[in-house]
Amino acid sequence: MNAIVQEPMRAATISVLVENESGVLARVIGLFSGRGYNIDSLTVAPVEDDRRKSRITVVTSGTELVIQQIKAQLDRLVPVYRVSDLSAEGPHIARELALIKVICGGEKRLETLRLADAFRARVIDATTESFVFELTGATDKLDAFLELMRPLGLAEVSRTGVAAIARGTRTI
Amino acid sequence: MNAVNNSVASGAETLLRALKAQGVEVIFGYPGGAVLPIYDALFQQNAIRHILVRHEQAAVHAAEGYARSTGKVGVVLVTSGPGATNAVTGLVDALMDSIPVVCLTGQVPTHLIGNDAFQEADTTGITRQATKHNYLVKRSDDLARIVHEAFHVARTGRPGPVLIDLPKDILINPAPYTEAPDGPHRSYRPRTEPDLSHVAAAVKLLKGARRPIIYTGGGLINAGPESAELIVAFAKLTGAPVTSTLMGLGAFPASNSAFLGMLGMHGTYEANLAMHGCDVMLNIGARFDDRVTGRLNAFAPHSKKIHIDIDPSNINKNVVVDIAIAADATEALRALIAAWKQDDARQDSAALAEWWRMIETWREKDSLRFTQSFETGAIIKPQHAIRRLWEKTQGRETYVTTEVGQHQMWAAQHFRFDKPNRWMTSGGLGTMGYGLPAAMGVQIAHPDALVIDIAGEASILMNIQEMGTLAQYRLPVKIFILNNEYMGMVRQWQELLHGGRYSESYSAALPDFVRLAESFHAVGLRAESIDDLDRVIDEMLATDRPVIADIHVDRAENCFPMIPSGAAHNEMILGPEHEASAAGITDEGLVLV
Ligand SMILES: Cc1ncc(C[n+]2csc(CCOP(=O)(O)OP(=O)(O)O)c2C)c(N)n1
Ligand SMILES: [Mg+2]
Repeated sequence: MNAIVQEPMRAATISVLVENESGVLARVIGLFSGRGYNIDSLTVAPVEDDRRKSRITVVTSGTELVIQQIKAQLDRLVPVYRVSDLSAEGPHIARELALIKVICGGEKRLETLRLADAFRARVIDATTESFVFELTGATDKLDAFLELMRPLGLAEVSRTGVAAIARGTRTI
Repeated sequence: MNAVNNSVASGAETLLRALKAQGVEVIFGYPGGAVLPIYDALFQQNAIRHILVRHEQAAVHAAEGYARSTGKVGVVLVTSGPGATNAVTGLVDALMDSIPVVCLTGQVPTHLIGNDAFQEADTTGITRQATKHNYLVKRSDDLARIVHEAFHVARTGRPGPVLIDLPKDILINPAPYTEAPDGPHRSYRPRTEPDLSHVAAAVKLLKGARRPIIYTGGGLINAGPESAELIVAFAKLTGAPVTSTLMGLGAFPASNSAFLGMLGMHGTYEANLAMHGCDVMLNIGARFDDRVTGRLNAFAPHSKKIHIDIDPSNINKNVVVDIAIAADATEALRALIAAWKQDDARQDSAALAEWWRMIETWREKDSLRFTQSFETGAIIKPQHAIRRLWEKTQGRETYVTTEVGQHQMWAAQHFRFDKPNRWMTSGGLGTMGYGLPAAMGVQIAHPDALVIDIAGEASILMNIQEMGTLAQYRLPVKIFILNNEYMGMVRQWQELLHGGRYSESYSAALPDFVRLAESFHAVGLRAESIDDLDRVIDEMLATDRPVIADIHVDRAENCFPMIPSGAAHNEMILGPEHEASAAGITDEGLVLV
């Protein structure tokens, strides 16, 4: 049977360990755009002391077959060391950081601070008309906080995108 | 400056030294400002021969022809900016067909990069998706290592084109030479050995098959000549019929009675129906291309599939398979043969005999049949021209390249190859203009062989300037034009799918190919009717100079069988020679087989 039947979609958080050389990010992004894969989030930074390796975390979605394709396509890039689908290979932790500017005055300020406290968002800048919060957490936690801030004067947000790692002793 | 000493060698000299260490004997190239230091270094040595093409696209196709006919890496040298952009089509062609090529491009000096300098192009940016990998050399210390690495990447794993962008200051400044590293690459480690448990499972499946088929592709050719011997041995062990993609022709001998001919859009009736009806399919080195599978949800619907491919990303890409073996074809075949001999299960020989009986009835349809009239003045059928060409080249060491179109498909159908590396055609990209420069590259590699470009009158004009290269290097390439005065393949689709509205597909204002040949110091011949054909072929084959043979063929001829895009294998259209057009096999019928 050719499994062309409609397969369910799933999200995947994929970690890619790459040689830290120029063009490597363009290769990864070009692969996603050229083959029509989704990118929901992408982060990259050097992760070794000698700065020779970088870790890219891509959050994507697709059918199981498409996700297998994405892994295989990433794996054949010359500067790629390893590809790991964290979502499929066991429990993992995914976090992102957001800087969130809320402009508000009057009694809204108190409400804003109370909610921030409940979410453990830190105030890192404040004026009489504004706050900047720093919030770290899973993507849906950030989304929920932003939703609450919207009516209170959410003005601007800057998010890092997801960084992720496996739980326990497992390494990439 | 003669003595090449590590401390004084320029980047250009170090580059050539690394090329020599990689076994490079020939470079196909075209000079320009940014690569003048390399041309200067080339001038002062004799180990590497430079072939001056007339257009950079042709340099890449020539390198492809060289690579495909020898199994070595083809090497290209072009200048920055337009030199590099002209090479892009060739690079994508090599990428699609997995041909090992190293392309050296000049670049403006490092301090000018990004300034829109004269003849600057973002070559690594433009070619990132056009190559297997590319490099910009930014430090002289990296030059030699990158050259060695580029050859390693081009020729190992699934081969492909690799580009090295060389800023002019890197070529001029001193650059230390370093040997190719011994150990494995830091991050790039393609796997070649098969997983033996998967091999054993594949053998089990094949032994239990009642209607097996082996489907081979270009990967078998890339795996080297040994794989061609192994596939014959394995096919014999299994008793299975063998079909091949366009890219794989020659790996399994066309003259072997187990060969069903090419499959796919213009494949034979028996090959496509056997694919449709098989119960176990073994794909070796092919990638389930849409030209081969037709409509995916109707592709070989009753089969279990085994896929051997060196590139894991090819597996489960278009077609989901039951057993995946990510490995080099030679190693996989060796393992399959060993496992087959070890497994003592017996095949169902009665079922196999019944399968062959069925295949024979499909064969009897003779789906490539055509009718050639031999009356005086009769018009030449293109298929007949190829058949005669094939017959008259028997006994000679012959290499065939093609352009793209109907002539390419007729060549694939009617010229029969018994050895690998003899057939060079642009399969994946379908690049008109491929055949002539590819033939040049083949002829450079095999100076005494007979090299023929089977061409269409439209395609040949896309790289006709290479006639100059043939003349300069006295390359006796034979260009055999099936001149139907149409972009025949386009005309055929317009006839069958667009109501006969022949929009822009007529080859108007054609040159006089005989005089064109003569003006390029070649021999021009023409056949206007069947009365001329044999004489022209004989004369062409007897000439030791480049020849253009302008063969006027039937303008209305279509290439059949044909599986229209999006149709299933059993929805094949046969030619007018056959009464019933729709092929006679139903799914229900098959389940009963
Ligand atoms: C560079 C390029 N442009 C366009 C096409 C589309 N195309 C495919 S076949 C063909 C016609 C080829 O005509 P000709 O060379 O005369 O061959 P024939 O089909 O007549 O044998 C065209 C235009 C192509 N394959 N390559
Ligand atoms: Mg034509």
